[in-house]
Amino acid sequence: MTAATALRSRHLLGIAELEPGEIQLILDTAVAMKEVGARPIKKVPTLRGRTIMNLFFESSTRTRMSFELAEKRLSADTLGMTTTGSSVSKGETLADTARTLEAMSPDMIVLRHEASGAPHQLARICRASIINAGDGTHEHPTQALLDALTILERKERLQGLRVAIVGDLVHSRVLRSNVLLLTRMGAEVAACGPATLLPPGLSTAGVRVTTSIDEAVEGADVVMMLRVQHERMHGLFLPSVREYFTHFGLTPARLARAAADVIVMHPGPMNRGVEIDSAVADGPWSVILNQVANGVAVRMAVLYLLAGGEGFEAQASRGVEAEQR
Amino acid sequence: MPVVMDADRIARSLTRIAHEIVERNRGVDDLGLIGIHARGVPIATRLARALRAITGADVARGALDITLYRDDLMRPSTLAHPVVRKTEIPFSLDDRVVLLVDDVLYTGRTIRAALDALTDYGRPRAIQLVVLVDRGHRELPIRPDYVGRNIPTSRQQSVQVRLVEIDGRDEVEVEP
Repeated sequence: MTAATALRSRHLLGIAELEPGEIQLILDTAVAMKEVGARPIKKVPTLRGRTIMNLFFESSTRTRMSFELAEKRLSADTLGMTTTGSSVSKGETLADTARTLEAMSPDMIVLRHEASGAPHQLARICRASIINAGDGTHEHPTQALLDALTILERKERLQGLRVAIVGDLVHSRVLRSNVLLLTRMGAEVAACGPATLLPPGLSTAGVRVTTSIDEAVEGADVVMMLRVQHERMHGLFLPSVREYFTHFGLTPARLARAAADVIVMHPGPMNRGVEIDSAVADGPWSVILNQVANGVAVRMAVLYLLAGGEGFEAQASRGVEAEQR
Repeated sequence: MPVVMDADRIARSLTRIAHEIVERNRGVDDLGLIGIHARGVPIATRLARALRAITGADVARGALDITLYRDDLMRPSTLAHPVVRKTEIPFSLDDRVVLLVDDVLYTGRTIRAALDALTDYGRPRAIQLVVLVDRGHRELPIRPDYVGRNIPTSRQQSVQVRLVEIDGRDEVEVEP
Protein backbone atom coordinates (compact mmCIF):
# COMPACT_ATOMS: atom_id res chain seq x y z
CA MET A 1 0.00 0.00 0.00
CA THR A 2 1.45 3.36 -0.97
CA ALA A 3 0.43 6.27 1.21
CA ALA A 4 -1.08 9.39 -0.30
CA THR A 5 0.84 12.66 0.11
CA ALA A 6 -2.17 14.62 1.39
CA LEU A 7 -5.83 14.23 2.22
CA ARG A 8 -8.12 15.31 -0.60
CA SER A 9 -10.67 16.92 1.66
CA ARG A 10 -10.10 19.52 4.36
CA HIS A 11 -12.73 17.78 6.50
CA LEU A 12 -12.75 14.34 8.08
CA LEU A 13 -16.40 13.39 7.90
CA GLY A 14 -16.16 9.64 7.60
CA ILE A 15 -14.10 6.68 6.44
CA ALA A 16 -16.48 6.51 3.46
CA GLU A 17 -14.76 9.57 1.97
CA LEU A 18 -11.21 8.18 2.37
CA GLU A 19 -9.23 6.20 -0.16
CA PRO A 20 -6.88 3.42 1.01
CA GLY A 21 -3.84 5.63 0.35
CA GLU A 22 -5.28 8.36 2.57
CA ILE A 23 -5.98 5.86 5.35
CA GLN A 24 -2.40 4.67 5.05
CA LEU A 25 -1.12 8.27 5.23
CA ILE A 26 -3.05 8.91 8.46
CA LEU A 27 -1.79 5.66 10.01
CA ASP A 28 1.84 6.32 8.98
CA THR A 29 1.65 9.82 10.43
CA ALA A 30 0.10 8.48 13.64
CA VAL A 31 3.07 6.14 14.16
CA ALA A 32 5.37 9.18 14.13
CA MET A 33 3.01 11.14 16.40
CA LYS A 34 3.12 8.36 18.98
CA GLU A 35 6.73 9.21 19.68
CA VAL A 36 5.76 12.74 20.84
CA GLY A 37 3.80 11.19 23.71
CA ALA A 38 6.88 9.29 24.86
CA ARG A 39 9.08 12.38 25.26
CA PRO A 40 9.86 14.24 28.46
CA ILE A 41 8.22 17.32 26.89
CA LYS A 42 5.08 15.97 25.26
CA LYS A 43 4.37 18.96 23.09
CA VAL A 44 5.36 20.21 19.65
CA PRO A 45 4.66 23.69 18.25
CA THR A 46 3.03 22.52 15.01
CA LEU A 47 -0.44 24.04 15.44
CA ARG A 48 0.63 27.07 17.44
CA GLY A 49 -1.88 29.88 16.98
CA ARG A 50 -4.63 27.64 15.57
CA THR A 51 -7.98 27.61 17.32
CA ILE A 52 -9.89 24.37 17.62
CA MET A 53 -13.42 24.14 19.00
CA ASN A 54 -14.60 20.88 20.47
CA LEU A 55 -18.37 20.70 20.25
CA PHE A 56 -19.73 17.70 22.07
CA PHE A 57 -23.51 17.50 21.89
CA GLU A 58 -23.43 13.97 23.24
CA SER A 59 -21.68 12.62 26.30
CA SER A 60 -18.14 11.39 25.79
CA THR A 61 -15.16 10.80 28.02
CA ARG A 62 -12.38 9.22 26.06
CA THR A 63 -13.01 10.77 22.66
CA ARG A 64 -13.27 14.30 24.06
CA MET A 65 -10.25 13.94 26.35
CA SER A 66 -8.30 12.27 23.58
CA PHE A 67 -9.03 15.04 21.06
CA GLU A 68 -8.21 17.70 23.65
CA LEU A 69 -4.92 16.04 24.53
CA ALA A 70 -4.03 15.65 20.84
CA GLU A 71 -4.78 19.34 20.25
CA LYS A 72 -2.72 20.42 23.25
CA ARG A 73 0.21 18.22 22.26
CA LEU A 74 0.24 20.05 18.93
CA SER A 75 0.07 23.44 20.73
CA ALA A 76 -3.34 24.46 19.37
CA ASP A 77 -5.63 26.72 21.39
CA THR A 78 -8.68 24.70 22.33
CA LEU A 79 -12.18 25.56 23.44
CA GLY A 80 -14.68 23.02 24.64
CA MET A 81 -18.43 23.09 24.63
CA THR A 82 -20.89 20.55 25.95
CA THR A 83 -24.65 20.65 25.66
CA THR A 84 -25.38 21.48 29.27
CA GLY A 85 -24.62 25.05 30.18
CA SER A 86 -24.65 26.22 26.56
CA SER A 87 -27.26 27.93 24.42
CA VAL A 88 -28.14 24.55 22.95
CA SER A 89 -30.11 23.88 26.13
CA LYS A 90 -32.00 27.10 25.35
CA GLY A 91 -33.14 25.66 22.03
CA GLU A 92 -30.60 27.02 19.56
CA THR A 93 -30.30 24.96 16.36
CA LEU A 94 -27.02 23.35 15.33
CA ALA A 95 -26.77 25.63 12.30
CA ASP A 96 -27.21 28.76 14.41
CA THR A 97 -24.75 27.57 17.03
CA ALA A 98 -22.27 26.83 14.26
CA ARG A 99 -22.68 30.24 12.62
CA THR A 100 -22.26 31.95 15.97
CA LEU A 101 -19.08 30.05 16.74
CA GLU A 102 -17.84 30.51 13.19
CA ALA A 103 -17.95 34.28 13.76
CA MET A 104 -15.13 33.70 16.26
CA SER A 105 -13.13 32.21 13.35
CA PRO A 106 -11.95 28.83 14.60
CA ASP A 107 -9.62 26.89 12.29
CA MET A 108 -11.12 23.52 13.09
CA ILE A 109 -14.27 22.21 14.70
CA VAL A 110 -14.45 18.76 16.26
CA LEU A 111 -18.08 17.69 16.42
CA ARG A 112 -19.87 14.92 18.27
CA HIS A 113 -23.61 14.94 17.66
CA GLU A 114 -26.52 12.56 18.17
CA ALA A 115 -27.84 13.25 14.66
CA SER A 116 -26.29 11.29 11.78
CA GLY A 117 -24.97 13.71 9.17
CA ALA A 118 -24.56 16.68 11.55
CA PRO A 119 -20.86 17.18 10.65
CA HIS A 120 -21.72 17.07 6.95
CA GLN A 121 -24.23 19.86 7.48
CA LEU A 122 -21.61 21.86 9.36
CA ALA A 123 -19.04 21.30 6.62
CA ARG A 124 -21.43 22.93 4.14
CA ILE A 125 -21.92 26.10 6.19
CA CYS A 126 -18.56 26.54 7.96
CA ARG A 127 -15.19 27.73 6.72
CA ALA A 128 -13.39 25.77 9.42
CA SER A 129 -12.25 22.18 8.88
CA ILE A 130 -14.78 19.81 10.41
CA ILE A 131 -13.74 16.61 12.14
CA ASN A 132 -16.43 14.06 12.88
CA ALA A 133 -16.02 12.74 16.43
CA GLY A 134 -19.08 10.51 16.10
CA ASP A 135 -22.43 11.35 14.49
CA GLY A 136 -25.49 9.41 15.58
CA THR A 137 -25.42 5.87 14.24
CA HIS A 138 -23.48 6.89 11.14
CA GLU A 139 -19.67 7.13 11.50
CA HIS A 140 -16.87 7.53 14.02
CA PRO A 141 -13.85 7.75 11.72
CA THR A 142 -11.09 8.41 14.27
CA GLN A 143 -12.21 5.36 16.27
CA ALA A 144 -11.83 3.10 13.22
CA LEU A 145 -8.43 4.66 12.51
CA LEU A 146 -7.17 4.09 16.05
CA ASP A 147 -8.50 0.54 15.92
CA ALA A 148 -6.57 -0.02 12.69
CA LEU A 149 -3.39 1.41 14.26
CA THR A 150 -3.82 -0.92 17.26
CA ILE A 151 -4.32 -3.94 15.00
CA LEU A 152 -1.30 -2.99 12.88
CA GLU A 153 0.92 -2.71 15.95
CA ARG A 154 0.14 -6.31 16.89
CA LYS A 155 -0.42 -7.95 13.52
CA GLU A 156 1.63 -5.73 11.18
CA ARG A 157 -0.99 -6.01 8.45
CA LEU A 158 -4.69 -5.57 7.76
CA GLN A 159 -4.77 -7.40 4.43
CA GLY A 160 -6.30 -10.86 4.82
CA LEU A 161 -6.79 -10.51 8.58
CA ARG A 162 -9.93 -12.11 10.04
CA VAL A 163 -11.84 -9.64 12.19
CA ALA A 164 -15.01 -10.48 14.12
CA ILE A 165 -17.18 -7.58 15.27
CA VAL A 166 -19.73 -8.61 17.89
CA GLY A 167 -22.53 -6.81 19.64
CA ASP A 168 -25.09 -4.05 19.17
CA LEU A 169 -24.54 -3.63 15.45
CA VAL A 170 -27.51 -1.50 14.45
CA HIS A 171 -26.72 1.42 16.75
CA SER A 172 -22.99 1.34 16.16
CA ARG A 173 -21.15 4.06 14.26
CA VAL A 174 -17.97 2.28 15.35
CA LEU A 175 -19.13 -0.78 13.38
CA ARG A 176 -19.89 1.26 10.30
CA SER A 177 -16.56 3.07 10.24
CA ASN A 178 -14.64 -0.10 11.03
CA VAL A 179 -16.39 -2.11 8.32
CA LEU A 180 -15.62 0.59 5.76
CA LEU A 181 -11.99 0.85 6.80
CA LEU A 182 -11.26 -2.84 7.26
CA THR A 183 -12.89 -4.01 4.02
CA ARG A 184 -11.18 -1.16 2.14
CA MET A 185 -7.81 -2.30 3.52
CA GLY A 186 -8.45 -5.94 2.60
CA ALA A 187 -9.47 -7.53 5.91
CA GLU A 188 -12.18 -10.20 6.14
CA VAL A 189 -14.92 -8.96 8.46
CA ALA A 190 -17.54 -11.05 10.20
CA ALA A 191 -20.30 -9.27 12.12
CA CYS A 192 -22.38 -10.91 14.81
CA GLY A 193 -25.30 -9.72 16.89
CA PRO A 194 -28.85 -10.61 17.89
CA ALA A 195 -31.30 -10.59 14.98
CA THR A 196 -33.05 -7.54 16.43
CA LEU A 197 -29.78 -5.58 16.32
CA LEU A 198 -28.64 -6.41 12.77
CA PRO A 199 -28.62 -3.40 10.44
CA PRO A 200 -29.87 -3.98 6.89
CA GLY A 201 -27.34 -4.01 4.07
CA LEU A 202 -24.35 -5.32 6.01
CA SER A 203 -23.76 -8.29 3.73
CA THR A 204 -23.72 -6.05 0.66
CA ALA A 205 -20.82 -4.18 2.30
CA GLY A 206 -18.75 -7.37 2.02
CA VAL A 207 -19.33 -8.53 5.59
CA ARG A 208 -20.17 -12.08 6.69
CA VAL A 209 -23.22 -11.72 8.96
CA THR A 210 -24.12 -14.27 11.61
CA THR A 211 -26.14 -14.49 14.80
CA SER A 212 -23.78 -17.04 16.35
CA ILE A 213 -20.85 -15.61 18.28
CA ASP A 214 -19.08 -18.99 18.15
CA GLU A 215 -19.22 -18.93 14.38
CA ALA A 216 -17.99 -15.32 14.23
CA VAL A 217 -15.08 -15.87 16.62
CA GLU A 218 -13.93 -19.14 15.00
CA GLY A 219 -10.37 -18.59 13.75
CA ALA A 220 -10.53 -14.82 14.23
CA ASP A 221 -7.29 -12.81 14.49
CA VAL A 222 -9.13 -9.88 16.05
CA VAL A 223 -12.35 -9.81 18.07
CA MET A 224 -13.90 -6.40 18.40
CA MET A 225 -16.68 -6.11 20.97
CA LEU A 226 -19.28 -3.37 20.71
CA ARG A 227 -21.09 -1.79 23.61
CA VAL A 228 -24.78 -2.48 24.15
CA GLN A 229 -26.17 1.03 23.74
CA HIS A 230 -29.05 1.06 26.18
CA GLU A 231 -29.51 4.80 25.68
CA ARG A 232 -30.37 4.33 22.00
CA MET A 233 -32.79 1.46 22.59
CA HIS A 234 -36.24 2.90 22.71
CA GLY A 235 -37.88 -0.37 21.73
CA LEU A 236 -37.82 -4.02 22.64
CA PHE A 237 -34.47 -5.03 21.26
CA LEU A 238 -33.29 -7.34 24.04
CA PRO A 239 -35.23 -9.51 26.50
CA SER A 240 -32.67 -9.05 29.27
CA VAL A 241 -29.04 -8.23 29.90
CA ARG A 242 -28.47 -11.68 31.41
CA GLU A 243 -29.78 -13.35 28.29
CA TYR A 244 -27.64 -11.11 26.10
CA PHE A 245 -24.52 -12.14 27.98
CA THR A 246 -25.45 -15.81 27.73
CA HIS A 247 -25.72 -15.65 23.94
CA PHE A 248 -23.35 -12.87 22.92
CA GLY A 249 -21.00 -12.15 25.82
CA LEU A 250 -17.33 -12.79 25.16
CA THR A 251 -15.90 -15.27 27.67
CA PRO A 252 -12.50 -17.00 27.80
CA ALA A 253 -14.18 -20.26 26.74
CA ARG A 254 -15.65 -18.66 23.61
CA LEU A 255 -12.37 -16.93 22.85
CA ALA A 256 -10.63 -20.33 22.74
CA ARG A 257 -12.16 -20.81 19.26
CA ALA A 258 -10.23 -17.84 17.89
CA ALA A 259 -6.66 -17.83 16.58
CA ALA A 260 -4.02 -18.56 19.25
CA ASP A 261 -2.69 -14.99 19.09
CA VAL A 262 -6.10 -13.31 18.97
CA ILE A 263 -6.45 -9.76 20.27
CA VAL A 264 -9.63 -8.41 21.87
CA MET A 265 -10.73 -4.83 21.34
CA HIS A 266 -13.50 -2.65 22.72
CA PRO A 267 -14.16 1.02 21.84
CA GLY A 268 -15.35 1.66 25.41
CA PRO A 269 -17.06 2.36 27.67
CA MET A 270 -17.36 -1.34 28.53
CA ASN A 271 -20.38 -2.96 30.12
CA ARG A 272 -18.61 -5.70 32.06
CA GLY A 273 -20.79 -8.79 32.31
CA VAL A 274 -23.02 -7.59 29.45
CA GLU A 275 -20.97 -7.84 26.26
CA ILE A 276 -17.63 -8.78 27.76
CA ASP A 277 -16.47 -10.94 30.67
CA SER A 278 -14.03 -9.22 33.04
CA ALA A 279 -11.60 -12.12 32.60
CA VAL A 280 -11.40 -11.23 28.90
CA ALA A 281 -11.35 -7.45 29.32
CA ASP A 282 -8.43 -7.67 31.76
CA GLY A 283 -6.82 -10.73 30.18
CA PRO A 284 -3.67 -11.11 28.09
CA TRP A 285 -5.66 -10.82 24.83
CA SER A 286 -6.93 -7.38 25.65
CA VAL A 287 -5.52 -4.36 23.79
CA ILE A 288 -8.26 -2.06 25.07
CA LEU A 289 -5.87 0.32 26.80
CA ASN A 290 -3.56 0.37 23.76
CA GLN A 291 -6.58 1.58 21.81
CA VAL A 292 -6.93 4.53 24.16
CA ALA A 293 -3.24 5.40 23.87
CA ASN A 294 -3.36 5.15 20.08
CA GLY A 295 -6.42 7.40 20.00
CA VAL A 296 -4.31 10.42 20.89
CA ALA A 297 -1.72 9.65 18.20
CA VAL A 298 -4.34 9.10 15.49
CA ARG A 299 -6.11 12.33 16.36
CA MET A 300 -2.82 14.24 16.29
CA ALA A 301 -2.21 12.82 12.82
CA VAL A 302 -5.65 13.86 11.60
CA LEU A 303 -5.32 17.37 13.05
CA TYR A 304 -1.88 17.77 11.50
CA LEU A 305 -2.97 16.55 8.08
CA LEU A 306 -6.07 18.75 8.04
CA ALA A 307 -4.24 21.85 9.23
CA GLY A 308 -4.02 24.32 6.39
CA GLY A 309 -3.49 28.02 6.68
CA GLU A 310 -4.92 29.81 3.69
CA GLY A 311 -8.57 29.18 4.21
CA PHE A 312 -11.28 28.12 1.87
CA GLU A 313 -11.20 30.89 -0.77
CA ALA A 314 -7.46 30.69 -1.37
CA GLN A 315 -7.79 26.97 -1.90
CA ALA A 316 -10.73 27.30 -4.24
CA SER A 317 -8.95 29.84 -6.44
CA ARG A 318 -5.82 27.72 -6.47
CA GLY A 319 -7.92 24.77 -7.55
CA VAL A 320 -9.12 26.80 -10.55
CA GLU A 321 -5.56 27.77 -11.43
CA ALA A 322 -4.46 24.16 -11.26
CA GLU A 323 -7.19 23.20 -13.67
CA GLN A 324 -6.21 25.90 -16.11
CA ARG A 325 -2.59 24.81 -16.19
CA MET B 1 26.50 22.77 -13.23
CA PRO B 2 26.52 18.96 -13.12
CA VAL B 3 27.88 16.67 -10.41
CA VAL B 4 29.95 18.68 -7.91
CA MET B 5 30.84 15.85 -5.52
CA ASP B 6 31.26 12.20 -6.45
CA ALA B 7 31.37 9.18 -4.15
CA ASP B 8 35.12 9.52 -3.44
CA ARG B 9 34.89 13.17 -2.65
CA ILE B 10 31.94 12.63 -0.31
CA ALA B 11 33.84 9.85 1.48
CA ARG B 12 36.99 11.99 1.85
CA SER B 13 34.98 14.95 3.14
CA LEU B 14 33.30 12.83 5.79
CA THR B 15 36.63 11.34 6.87
CA ARG B 16 38.09 14.83 7.18
CA ILE B 17 35.09 16.05 9.16
CA ALA B 18 35.45 13.06 11.50
CA HIS B 19 39.08 14.09 12.17
CA GLU B 20 38.01 17.69 12.77
CA ILE B 21 35.37 16.51 15.24
CA VAL B 22 37.94 14.48 17.18
CA GLU B 23 40.42 17.35 17.17
CA ARG B 24 37.97 20.03 18.23
CA ASN B 25 36.37 17.96 20.98
CA ARG B 26 39.64 16.29 22.08
CA GLY B 27 38.19 12.84 21.54
CA VAL B 28 34.62 11.57 21.34
CA ASP B 29 33.63 11.40 25.01
CA ASP B 30 30.10 12.72 25.64
CA LEU B 31 29.45 13.21 21.92
CA GLY B 32 26.14 12.28 20.31
CA LEU B 33 25.41 12.26 16.56
CA ILE B 34 21.89 13.25 15.55
CA GLY B 35 20.94 13.10 11.88
CA ILE B 36 18.04 15.10 10.50
CA HIS B 37 15.61 13.06 8.39
CA ALA B 38 16.00 12.02 5.66
CA ARG B 39 19.59 12.32 4.40
CA GLY B 40 21.16 13.54 7.62
CA VAL B 41 20.52 10.10 9.12
CA PRO B 42 22.79 8.02 6.84
CA ILE B 43 25.45 10.76 6.96
CA ALA B 44 25.42 10.55 10.78
CA THR B 45 25.80 6.78 10.52
CA ARG B 46 28.81 7.15 8.23
CA LEU B 47 30.38 9.69 10.58
CA ALA B 48 29.91 7.29 13.49
CA ARG B 49 31.76 4.65 11.47
CA ALA B 50 34.57 7.09 10.66
CA LEU B 51 34.84 8.18 14.30
CA ARG B 52 35.14 4.58 15.41
CA ALA B 53 37.85 3.96 12.82
CA ILE B 54 39.82 6.88 14.27
CA THR B 55 39.24 6.47 18.00
CA GLY B 56 37.93 2.91 18.41
CA ALA B 57 34.99 4.27 20.39
CA ASP B 58 31.29 4.12 19.54
CA VAL B 59 29.42 7.42 19.45
CA ALA B 60 25.71 7.40 20.34
CA ARG B 61 23.42 8.00 17.35
CA GLY B 62 19.90 9.31 16.90
CA ALA B 63 17.49 10.47 14.19
CA LEU B 64 15.49 13.67 14.34
CA ASP B 65 12.35 14.62 12.40
CA ILE B 66 11.71 18.35 12.37
CA THR B 67 8.42 18.37 10.45
CA LEU B 68 6.38 19.27 13.52
CA TYR B 69 8.64 22.27 14.15
CA ARG B 70 8.51 23.77 10.67
CA ASP B 71 7.40 27.36 10.19
CA ASP B 72 5.73 26.85 6.80
CA LEU B 73 2.65 24.81 7.66
CA MET B 74 0.40 27.72 6.65
CA ARG B 75 -0.75 26.29 3.36
CA PRO B 76 -3.91 24.58 2.12
CA SER B 77 -4.30 21.24 3.82
CA THR B 78 -5.06 19.48 0.56
CA LEU B 79 -1.60 20.21 -0.88
CA ALA B 80 1.13 17.68 -0.14
CA HIS B 81 2.13 17.70 3.51
CA PRO B 82 5.67 17.05 4.60
CA VAL B 83 5.74 13.44 5.79
CA VAL B 84 6.16 13.14 9.55
CA ARG B 85 8.83 10.57 10.35
CA LYS B 86 9.77 9.05 13.64
CA THR B 87 12.27 10.79 15.89
CA GLU B 88 14.49 8.27 17.68
CA ILE B 89 17.00 9.53 20.20
CA PRO B 90 17.96 6.57 22.38
CA PHE B 91 20.18 8.55 24.75
CA SER B 92 19.86 11.57 27.05
CA LEU B 93 20.93 14.88 25.58
CA ASP B 94 21.64 16.41 28.97
CA ASP B 95 25.26 17.54 29.25
CA ARG B 96 26.17 15.93 25.96
CA VAL B 97 27.81 17.64 22.99
CA VAL B 98 25.37 17.08 20.15
CA LEU B 99 26.61 16.91 16.57
CA LEU B 100 23.61 17.86 14.48
CA VAL B 101 23.97 16.41 10.97
CA ASP B 102 22.21 17.43 7.76
CA ASP B 103 22.94 17.12 4.06
CA VAL B 104 22.49 20.68 2.77
CA LEU B 105 22.60 23.98 4.66
CA TYR B 106 20.58 26.65 2.84
CA THR B 107 18.25 29.18 4.52
CA GLY B 108 18.95 27.80 8.01
CA ARG B 109 15.25 27.30 8.74
CA THR B 110 15.56 23.54 9.04
CA ILE B 111 18.36 23.99 11.58
CA ARG B 112 16.29 26.56 13.50
CA ALA B 113 13.49 23.97 13.70
CA ALA B 114 15.97 21.26 14.71
CA LEU B 115 17.36 23.42 17.53
CA ASP B 116 13.82 23.94 18.84
CA ALA B 117 13.17 20.21 18.63
CA LEU B 118 16.40 19.30 20.45
CA THR B 119 15.52 21.69 23.28
CA ASP B 120 12.40 19.59 23.88
CA TYR B 121 14.51 16.48 24.40
CA GLY B 122 16.96 17.87 26.92
CA ARG B 123 19.71 20.39 27.54
CA PRO B 124 22.85 19.58 25.59
CA ARG B 125 26.12 21.14 26.79
CA ALA B 126 26.67 22.35 23.23
CA ILE B 127 25.33 21.74 19.74
CA GLN B 128 27.69 21.67 16.75
CA LEU B 129 26.43 21.65 13.17
CA VAL B 130 27.74 19.26 10.51
CA VAL B 131 26.66 19.64 6.86
CA LEU B 132 27.84 17.92 3.73
CA VAL B 133 27.10 20.97 1.56
CA ASP B 134 26.77 24.65 2.42
CA ARG B 135 25.10 26.44 -0.49
CA GLY B 136 24.74 29.86 1.13
CA HIS B 137 21.69 32.19 1.19
CA ARG B 138 21.14 32.10 4.94
CA GLU B 139 17.96 33.75 6.22
CA LEU B 140 18.80 33.24 9.88
CA PRO B 141 21.97 33.80 11.94
CA ILE B 142 23.13 30.17 11.75
CA ARG B 143 26.56 28.89 10.72
CA PRO B 144 27.97 25.39 10.35
CA ASP B 145 30.89 24.07 12.43
CA TYR B 146 31.95 21.40 9.93
CA VAL B 147 31.36 21.64 6.17
CA GLY B 148 31.99 18.99 3.51
CA ARG B 149 32.06 21.53 0.70
CA ASN B 150 30.99 25.13 0.15
CA ILE B 151 29.11 25.37 -3.12
CA PRO B 152 28.14 28.84 -4.35
CA THR B 153 24.66 28.68 -5.88
CA SER B 154 21.91 30.97 -7.01
CA ARG B 155 18.52 30.74 -5.32
CA GLN B 156 17.02 29.42 -8.54
CA GLN B 157 19.26 26.37 -8.54
CA SER B 158 18.54 23.21 -6.59
CA VAL B 159 21.14 21.06 -4.85
CA GLN B 160 20.49 17.32 -4.87
CA VAL B 161 22.39 15.14 -2.43
CA ARG B 162 22.07 11.47 -3.29
CA LEU B 163 23.24 8.75 -0.93
CA VAL B 164 23.61 5.01 -1.50
CA GLU B 165 21.40 4.21 1.49
CA ILE B 166 18.42 6.13 0.05
CA ASP B 167 19.07 6.83 -3.63
CA GLY B 168 21.32 3.95 -4.67
CA ARG B 169 24.39 6.08 -5.41
CA ASP B 170 26.59 8.77 -3.84
CA GLU B 171 26.73 12.17 -5.51
CA VAL B 172 25.94 15.83 -5.11
CA GLU B 173 24.45 17.54 -8.13
CA VAL B 174 23.54 21.18 -8.73
CA GLU B 175 20.55 21.48 -11.03
CA PRO B 176 19.82 24.69 -12.93
